[in-house]
Amino acid sequence: MSELVTVAMPKGRIFEEAVELLRMAGYRLPPEFEDSRKLIIDVEEERMRFILAKPMDVLTYVEHGVADLGIAGKDVMLEEERDVYELLDLKISHCYLAVAGLPNTKMNDVAPKIATKYPNVAAAYFREQGEQVEIIKLNGSIELAPLIGLSDRIVDIVSTGRTLKENGLVEYERIVDITSRLVVNPVSYRMKDERISELVERLSTVIEGEAVRQP
Amino acid sequence: MFEKPLGMRDTLPELYETKDHVRSSIEEEMKRWGYQFIETPALEYYETVGAASAILDQQLFKLLDQQGHTLVLRPDMTAPIARVAASKLLKDDMPLRLAYSANVYRAQQREGGRPAEFEQIGVECIGDGTVSADGEVIALMISSIKEAGLADFQVSVGHIGFVQEFFREILGTEERANALMKFLYEKNYVGYREHVKSLSLSSIDKQRLLEFLQLRGGEEVIKLAFKLIENGCGAEAVRQLRQLWETISDYGEEASVKFDLTLVSHMSYYTGILFEVYAGSVGFPIGNGGRYDLLMQKFGKTTGATGFALRLDRMIEALGTLEKSEPVICILFSDERRKEAFEIAKAKRADGMRVVLQDINGVNNVDACTNKYADTIFLLGSAGRRPSS
Repeated sequence: MSELVTVAMPKGRIFEEAVELLRMAGYRLPPEFEDSRKLIIDVEEERMRFILAKPMDVLTYVEHGVADLGIAGKDVMLEEERDVYELLDLKISHCYLAVAGLPNTKMNDVAPKIATKYPNVAAAYFREQGEQVEIIKLNGSIELAPLIGLSDRIVDIVSTGRTLKENGLVEYERIVDITSRLVVNPVSYRMKDERISELVERLSTVIEGEAVRQP
Repeated sequence: MFEKPLGMRDTLPELYETKDHVRSSIEEEMKRWGYQFIETPALEYYETVGAASAILDQQLFKLLDQQGHTLVLRPDMTAPIARVAASKLLKDDMPLRLAYSANVYRAQQREGGRPAEFEQIGVECIGDGTVSADGEVIALMISSIKEAGLADFQVSVGHIGFVQEFFREILGTEERANALMKFLYEKNYVGYREHVKSLSLSSIDKQRLLEFLQLRGGEEVIKLAFKLIENGCGAEAVRQLRQLWETISDYGEEASVKFDLTLVSHMSYYTGILFEVYAGSVGFPIGNGGRYDLLMQKFGKTTGATGFALRLDRMIEALGTLEKSEPVICILFSDERRKEAFEIAKAKRADGMRVVLQDINGVNNVDACTNKYADTIFLLGSAGRRPSS
């Protein structure tokens, strides 16, 4: 019997695409997989255990080794800088990190304020631009901040741009493109080498096939 | 509740017993291999040992002495031992075999789950540049882990010199090699592959750089590595790895060892063969080590050295079960039979038993007292009479 591998999956946006990808790679996940409210799902016939976590927490589970593998957005990886191997670009959940704000506005000269869910990424970006800013950490609905005067700009992920538009915000700069990645704990990468290599190979085949189909 | 600083932990009796047991089985093995234990101070100068250690600056605990010098709580033992060896011990040009078990300190800012103070047990073999020395420390590490009672573990061996030469040969400059190396340090293989694809190199060289990521596995990796190198760059490193494999096989320990040439370490002083050791149930390496030929130079001696450190906390996590502590017997006595109690205790202790002598007047709750110990002997009142309850 092969070793059990534990995979941390992000709830929400990425989840369904990730499940689809695993199915395309030939993993037999039960049909009720997506609808379950369970936080731990065992798929005995694949010797896999899935844990469903907040996207920001996937890396924490993997770094501490309670999950061998995880699927995480590059945005979270840039923000958290966890000690895990980034093995594969799954090329799902495309989006990008951007600076946005109210149209035709300038940032405050004295103390420009940036609201974001990604304080480290935002701080690093403005440092590189040579701008001194003050970061305000928010946990969601970042678009509110400039609307009600909490900040001059926001740094957030943009996928279609609809949320920005509907709230009357415009994009100022694009920071970096984001896709989801397969990450692995450094110990699991060695101790469960065979199972992980197999998963990586099967997923790569699917991803490359997809790339050919949708150039 | 009285709080402790972040990452500081107490060791309560049961855990202490386990630690003590694991520590002594490892220490005994190291002594059997002829390594001599030493101690160094917990505080060192920031400018010397602090700077020589490979631990990030923000992880150092710093403080000032009365003259205003910056001190650090030692973040590892390798740098302090290099200091002692260079200034005091390396006199007669003979390899030195030193060992230690000591607490080291690394500040944690992010979250709990990781101690800021933990015990490392390790050895340093200083003044021997041969692969035999590398093989010896790896074999000793394996043997120590087995002595501690751990069966499910694996050592991964890499060679930082190989990586550096291989990258430099293909990429031409140190700068470009370092740029690629950074992806290995960050464990970012996606970034590595994208970076390689973006470089202006021949497709053969690109392929070589991509195949480098596959250099993981058993003995066969050596052949693959030989195939990847050209112009002899990196060949010496691969020859060392082959010799290391033979050495470890002669020790009969090759089953616990795998190669992983993508292994690099945040310990920047490593120069050659380096390794990490993992146990199945623990999410972090339980130990690591390698050759650090340049560190001794920082302390004024040009000589090679290699060593390893095991983390006691993670070893215990890997072992899982807490050591059942030795049973303790309690003798509850009253004044009248004090002398008798002492004599019995003395005799039992001489037999190696653990005996508590407890004056009955010091105990409020006799039941709680008897429950605490494996066995209780009552020596109360005048001889031969049981106590009235």
